[in-house]
Amino acid sequence: MAPPHTPPRLEAPLLEVLDLACQRGGRRVFEGLSLVLEAGVLLALTGANGSGKTTLLRALALLVPLEAGVVRWQGKDVAADREFWRGQIAWLGHLDGLKGDLMVRENLLIAERLRGGDGSRVDAALATFDLTNLASRAVRTLSAGQRRRTALARVVASGAVLWLLDEPLNALDAPAQTALRTALATHLASGGLAIAATHTALEIPGARTLELGVA
Amino acid sequence: MTGFAVLVLRDLRLVWRRPGDVAVVLAFFVVATTLFPLGIGPETNLLARLAAGVLWCAALFASLLSLDRLFASDYDDGVLDLLLLAPWPLELAALAKCAAHWIVTGLPLAVLAPLLGVAFGLDAKSLLVLAATLAVGTPTLSLIGGLAASLTLGARRGGALLALLALPLCIPTLIFGASAVETSVSGEGFGVHLAILTALALVSLATLPWAMAAALRQGGE
Amino acid sequence: MPDLHFLANPARFRRFSQRVLPALSFATVLALAVGLYMALVQAPPDYQQGQTVRIMFIHVPSAWLAMAGYGLLAVLGASLLVWRHPLAALMARATAPVGAVFAAVCLLTGSLWGRPMWGTYWVWDARLTSMLLLFFLYLGHIALSRAYDNSDRGDRAAAILALVGVINLPIIKFSVDWWNTLHQPASVMKLGGPSIHPTILVPLLWMAASLTLLFVLLVLLRTDTEIDRRRLELADLQA
Repeated sequence: MAPPHTPPRLEAPLLEVLDLACQRGGRRVFEGLSLVLEAGVLLALTGANGSGKTTLLRALALLVPLEAGVVRWQGKDVAADREFWRGQIAWLGHLDGLKGDLMVRENLLIAERLRGGDGSRVDAALATFDLTNLASRAVRTLSAGQRRRTALARVVASGAVLWLLDEPLNALDAPAQTALRTALATHLASGGLAIAATHTALEIPGARTLELGVA
Repeated sequence: MTGFAVLVLRDLRLVWRRPGDVAVVLAFFVVATTLFPLGIGPETNLLARLAAGVLWCAALFASLLSLDRLFASDYDDGVLDLLLLAPWPLELAALAKCAAHWIVTGLPLAVLAPLLGVAFGLDAKSLLVLAATLAVGTPTLSLIGGLAASLTLGARRGGALLALLALPLCIPTLIFGASAVETSVSGEGFGVHLAILTALALVSLATLPWAMAAALRQGGE
Repeated sequence: MPDLHFLANPARFRRFSQRVLPALSFATVLALAVGLYMALVQAPPDYQQGQTVRIMFIHVPSAWLAMAGYGLLAVLGASLLVWRHPLAALMARATAPVGAVFAAVCLLTGSLWGRPMWGTYWVWDARLTSMLLLFFLYLGHIALSRAYDNSDRGDRAAAILALVGVINLPIIKFSVDWWNTLHQPASVMKLGGPSIHPTILVPLLWMAASLTLLFVLLVLLRTDTEIDRRRLELADLQA
């Protein structure tokens, strides 16, 4: 598969997080959190339930307000140009983000066009997760694992530099896990960046780990 | 194709896949209006006088009926996060959802209402006025309802709460919509009413998408 | 414009309210006692309305306060959304039911006054109808702010509603007036304007001032309670 984007080969860090603090439901989930990530890095977020993995992912995407701290992308505060920042992100939440009444391929195409893309990477992404023969099935008829694969294919099809993944291994069988690892390796090799909240080890060589403590 | 158009077409395609949801709303409109002659009595003069108010109120209820799923379905399957993360303004996404809602409810209601107006003994000109006021007024109802839907996203007792929030805000549209038809029935001019209805639609168009986007961002937190 | 920013912190607000509340309670009771004497005993009966004019001394200030209360909700909503003042959320929660009660008092006294004057408890008078719709807007605000398990979310949703509501209030008022002139000629109730006699005006303004004190007192008391409630909620979360 061709690299989906030109790798920004910069020695400078791609993503910097400084002194981040977040609340959820009136409770401080984490504070004083700092990170520096270069291109080609996978960061695995670990920690017990309720330790703030999902909140951190949502905070990085600016989906929840930051109580304190700053997120920088290529040295610039991401809050200054939110639309640009959203364009850099491919999101996999704990929900799959798929419409049950749309077909697998339709879901990917529409999601891609909503991001402003042309959908040219959709078919390759479907092939990556062995979904080609399910392409015209309605998503509501799929199993949980097949849906998760479709959602992952959506992430791959986006061609975004930063992947934010919440429990990407959920419901995946062994071949699908291998497919995800291959896709991640390709993404990282082409200069991408990925942050994944996970319980299970991702087993990607060179992956860094950040353990979030229970507050 | 812009994200706005993609989202409108997506929602229309989803409705196309499940036409039952819209059919139920239109059926409600027909059945609810038919109840009034049965409750009030078949006297033609009385019905013609009540027609404007009855048809407008029924259209208002019908367009609110389908609104509680407007954002809730995207919220439940996680697509709302993708809309929040789309690299274009969320205000436009909110507007696109309301536009799609209007195309599948407001517009059919405006087409259907004159047919029911015949049964209420409205004259030909008033039937046209009825259709025109609904065509101009229902976008406002979709926008106000969309705001209520975004505010109640994830709330307990969402549906009833949505109606409580939206109905008082819909009253100006109801008043001018119904009174336009009424003045037409009594043979007076209705141009001012239509102008005010248009103004209400424009004010809603200019203000409510921002409020909706703010509410959706909160819903995404 | 005095700097009220220091009150934004709930703990500081608590110290402020504890200093102010005793004196304010005393002043409110005293003002209301004097005001009621002026309104019920001293003021002369109206040559047209007779003794029923005394209802106006409650009715009119209630209407003013109900409207001002919604304006306050909008200001609090803006300060919550723009500056994220934690106190604004608590105060909005405290204000909405008080405003709703004043709107209800206005409606009840209006219909009690209407019985002898119009011969019926309810007339679709433009002002009464507008007040009824304002009451509905209050109900929506109260219901929305309490509809979420996460009370922050409810506060901020209600703040947006208050802002949209305050933009819509003049539009609603205008359309109800229009509707009223369309359906029935001239409203029966005429009160206000410069022609009003001082023997009526002075007690009316006095009652308005006393009821404003009552409004402020109730809002402060309820805000105190909201601070306690929120602290208990947070303690629950930490536990």
